[in-house]
Amino acid sequence: MHSELTAQGSLLQRFGRKARFVLGEFRPKGELLTPFNILSLPLIVLGLFLIVYRFVYGLGSITNLSQSYPWGLWIGFDVVTGVAFAGGAYVVTFMVYILKLEKYRPITRATILNGFLAYLFYAGALLLDLGRPWNVINPIIGNSFGVSSVLFLVAWHFLLYMIAELIEFSPAIAEWLGLERLRRLLRKLTLGAVIFGITLSTLHQSGLGALFLMAKTKIHPLWYSEFIPVLFLVSSVFAGLSMVIFEGSISQRVFAPRHLPASPAADHAEIVFGLAKICCATMFVYLFLLGLVLVHGNHWALLGTGWGAWYLVEVLGFVLLPCVLFAHSLKVRSALLARVAALITMLGIIINRLNVSVIAFKWYEPVRYFPTWMEIEVSLAIVLLEIWVFRWVVKRMRVL
Amino acid sequence: MDRRDALKTLTLIGSTPLLAGTADGATRGGEEFVGVLVDTTKCEGCRSCEEACAAANKLPAPPKDDNVMASERVPTPGQWSVVNRYKTSKGEVFVKRQCLHCCQPACASACLTQAMLKTRQGPVIWREDKCMGCRYCMVSCPFDVPTFEYDKTVPKIGKCQLCYSRLRAGKKPACVEECPNEALLFGTRRELLEEARRRIYRNPDTYLHRVYGEHEAGGTLWLYLSAVPFEEIGFRKPVDNAPLPQLTKEFLYAVPVILTLWPPFLLALAKAIRGPKDKESEAGDAQ
Repeated sequence: MHSELTAQGSLLQRFGRKARFVLGEFRPKGELLTPFNILSLPLIVLGLFLIVYRFVYGLGSITNLSQSYPWGLWIGFDVVTGVAFAGGAYVVTFMVYILKLEKYRPITRATILNGFLAYLFYAGALLLDLGRPWNVINPIIGNSFGVSSVLFLVAWHFLLYMIAELIEFSPAIAEWLGLERLRRLLRKLTLGAVIFGITLSTLHQSGLGALFLMAKTKIHPLWYSEFIPVLFLVSSVFAGLSMVIFEGSISQRVFAPRHLPASPAADHAEIVFGLAKICCATMFVYLFLLGLVLVHGNHWALLGTGWGAWYLVEVLGFVLLPCVLFAHSLKVRSALLARVAALITMLGIIINRLNVSVIAFKWYEPVRYFPTWMEIEVSLAIVLLEIWVFRWVVKRMRVL
Repeated sequence: MDRRDALKTLTLIGSTPLLAGTADGATRGGEEFVGVLVDTTKCEGCRSCEEACAAANKLPAPPKDDNVMASERVPTPGQWSVVNRYKTSKGEVFVKRQCLHCCQPACASACLTQAMLKTRQGPVIWREDKCMGCRYCMVSCPFDVPTFEYDKTVPKIGKCQLCYSRLRAGKKPACVEECPNEALLFGTRRELLEEARRRIYRNPDTYLHRVYGEHEAGGTLWLYLSAVPFEEIGFRKPVDNAPLPQLTKEFLYAVPVILTLWPPFLLALAKAIRGPKDKESEAGDAQ
């Protein structure tokens, strides 16, 4: 009896200690008045204000969305592009946990964290765009499953994949809390979560493309084909890995002194070259597929139009060029060049996803959609908020 | 939820979405689809259908002034039915526009909450308590029919419901009932198609030998007869004859295949490849 009480007491004490520890962790670490903070904080506050305003006065109060353009920047950039950038997590977990490519283990946790936060914030941004967000639980609970909808599949997969990524990342959280037994238990779930996560990613990365299959007569023929799902899946590989290269090179610079052993830069360069090689190869496959789609659709004549020029800018300037740059960076062993190629690739993905979802969508309309500054500001605030959370986690948990 | 439903639901979560609509596209659950035949040669543009629609659906009264027809209008959240005036090769033609109620609607197959629902009788209705306002129905509709209240805190999707509640009460759609010129005819879709062909056959020189809505988007419940090419009276949007849900069919059929084959393949691959960590014991960590 007595011992039981003390056991309970110590459990309570332990819980109290943990709670105090977690609360303490919310105190900022490091300098507060950095240029990044001074610049980003007002933007985040303004973004949050605009979000509140939008929920009170309706979507039309701060967006340029219309009956002709029901989806704008928030869907085209935040959700469709953001999820492509988050694709690095499923590719890297595939390489590390399935193919056992140990070389990439040092970047695994950062990539998973990045992927998880990307889904949390960018897929979460979907809620801002919903006219009736309180009904968002309908496709998850209740008897209103719209099972013939691609969006139903995408919504479920977002949710399940976020859980899978949380499980993949959870050992780092247990470590941070000093819960060794829980960490070991969670670690056993990793492979299952990875396999589940890769399967889900295959389906919803392509599913995001499949969303637009029914808009056949609305998307410019150079961007519409029945292969959109395949193109979205293949491009998510180099989109995600370019994000990993980009994010890694910044993290190295900002956080490196805290966690990494000696001479990390050389190791990281090797990782960058490995990723650059995969990017280069998948981009080549992607270009080949684009060629097939073009031939298959017999759209040669369209290349001579203004839209054709824009299409060529996307394909030649933002796929072929970075593909060549990746190859060249491997030849001259320049990590910097690989990073430049990664940046161009990312811009290309933004252009491609916006082309399909916004720019080439209803290309024939006399009055086109262009986002308001407020839509852009809210999107920016979401990105900055994600960086803040990423930084908070990286400074506290063993991520890098 | 009975056991069959539960089983069905389980298979469906993230796996085998089925397609809305039926193979022949004209019936559902054994009941025949109803519809409306619009004879644009008989319409005189009195716009009493607009008023009837507003009254029946508790929408704001449409503008009284006929000058609103000076420019082409489209249905809005507050006005689900509009009459347009066109100057054509055969003089002035008035055309009523509203949701066409596809036999296999893209909007309903796009809807992830079944808020947009193809009913057994045929009307495609919108259900307020289900809708989450994602506007995927608007992206998918080939005719750009559904509209959204962008200026409302609690927005609704607005479109013609084909007076579903009136049909359930055994009445005709309000617009059909109020039409003084018999330009609108209500009946089963099959009967209406027969009637449309009969009119073309009897008056081969009056009518264009085509019924708009017979094949468009896989067929629609609203059918149109015209004396002039349909492009001249506002039917300009390019629309395929294949039902739109078919466009996502192949992708959705691939889903259960990938969902069942990927995991065992990945697991086998993971087990087949022995990493350095496998040789050590538990000590090796995720980092």
